Amino acid sequence: MSLPGYNFAYLDEQTKRMIRRALLKAVAIPGYQVPFASREMPLAYGWGTGGMQVTAAVIGPHDVLKVIDQGADDTTNAVSIRRFFALTAGVRTTERTAEATIIQTRHRIPETPLTAAQILVYQVPQPEPLRKLEPRETETRRMHALADYGLMHVKLYEDIARHGRITLSYDYPVLVNGRHVMAPSPIPSFDNPKMHRSPALQLFGAGREKRIYAVPPYTSVESLAFEDHPFHPWKANEACGLCGATDSYLDEVVVDDRGGRLFVCSDTDHCTTRRAAGHRGAAAGHALAGAGE
Amino acid sequence: MTTLAPGFADPPLAAQAAFRRLLDAMARPGTVLSLEAPPAPPPLAPAAGAIALTLCDADTAIWLDPALRTPEVIAWLRFHTGCRVVQAAEEAAFAFAAQATAMPLDRLSTGSDEFPDRSATAVFQVARLGAGTPLRLTGPGIETTTTLRVEGLPPGFIEWRRRNHTAYPRGVDVVLVAATSIAALPRSTAVTVG
Ligand SMILES: [Zn+2]
Repeated sequence: MSLPGYNFAYLDEQTKRMIRRALLKAVAIPGYQVPFASREMPLAYGWGTGGMQVTAAVIGPHDVLKVIDQGADDTTNAVSIRRFFALTAGVRTTERTAEATIIQTRHRIPETPLTAAQILVYQVPQPEPLRKLEPRETETRRMHALADYGLMHVKLYEDIARHGRITLSYDYPVLVNGRHVMAPSPIPSFDNPKMHRSPALQLFGAGREKRIYAVPPYTSVESLAFEDHPFHPWKANEACGLCGATDSYLDEVVVDDRGGRLFVCSDTDHCTTRRAAGHRGAAAGHALAGAGE
Repeated sequence: MTTLAPGFADPPLAAQAAFRRLLDAMARPGTVLSLEAPPAPPPLAPAAGAIALTLCDADTAIWLDPALRTPEVIAWLRFHTGCRVVQAAEEAAFAFAAQATAMPLDRLSTGSDEFPDRSATAVFQVARLGAGTPLRLTGPGIETTTTLRVEGLPPGFIEWRRRNHTAYPRGVDVVLVAATSIAALPRSTAVTVG
């Protein structure tokens, strides 16, 4: 059942066609930002209206939707987006990565490897990886047209000169299909390698900036680096206190009013699934009310 | 007065289902998928009709090859999609050809360096997908290489695809159609015979 009085998945059909045409061009030109006429959604910008429009154009009644925000399914943002599509498209929702056919995300890629049967939809605040270096749209567009990414390399090299390494730890720029430099959205650089040759289709929506882009399955996604300074995805050198995972991205959370801290998986489904399978971390059993929020 | 053949029975759901197949086809070049397509007025193939119903409207200019320029096809497309049918292939966002040889390959828009998305999508009706000339495909969406067999490709298609691929990121994206089946060759796909 979907909500009466609304079109299926909220958007009108003309808007969906416009977004769908943009999505097909985005898939045909991996990493290139396709302009689109972004619509108002019943959530404020900054709450993932670009991702929501992409999801609304793609989702069907047989889909199973998961929404994560910083790896968690239970934040206000994730819950309201999930509820929105349950109401307007009548879809089943889940918190389990493995059960989802569409995963809308802000700030993370799930730890569970994605499959060819899944679509990952990213909410993107700033789609232009060159924007901080060049404010003029005509100039950044020219740079992409000519594959002139010297400015980006200069910026990264200055970082190395100053700090001895590239200090970017999230929204770390990538080269897609050997041609377009792309903003992966504010995911930790830890997640960048998951984009490379993923079997899943990855779609990106920036509502305020009115851009859609895509990475098809099995597409090369390289984090920018230099021969003498290869890419190193950053992660806390700790194990998850709850499930003991050493290979997942960790958040440091305050666990009591005496300043006690604990590292826990940012991906709550990953942590829950591991604990259900019997994995125990050093702080297993800790009453972690509100962890990750 | 002639009666118009119906379009999608439930447009929002049918268009969504067809779009997902198209998205999947474009994301996995060379994969043959079937569309649930209502009968379209001949010689428009049902899958080509479903593509128009799913993606075309008053904002899209479409070009039809001479075989498709029948009053029935034009009336059906105009009524169900509201699209503009244009004479100049250069202006078309979508070009449909019932006779693959009639596709004006070198006149279709490939977009600009700044806006390569402002380019045509060419929908070729072919005799069969899954049989005929083997095309060897590599590129995004393909794990290693894949083979797509097509019966009824126009002569010069492979050479045109080679030129099209060289112009990347400008280029024309192709959807091949046979009855209710589709397979896509986005511009990013390198195509050779074999
Ligand atoms: Zn954990």
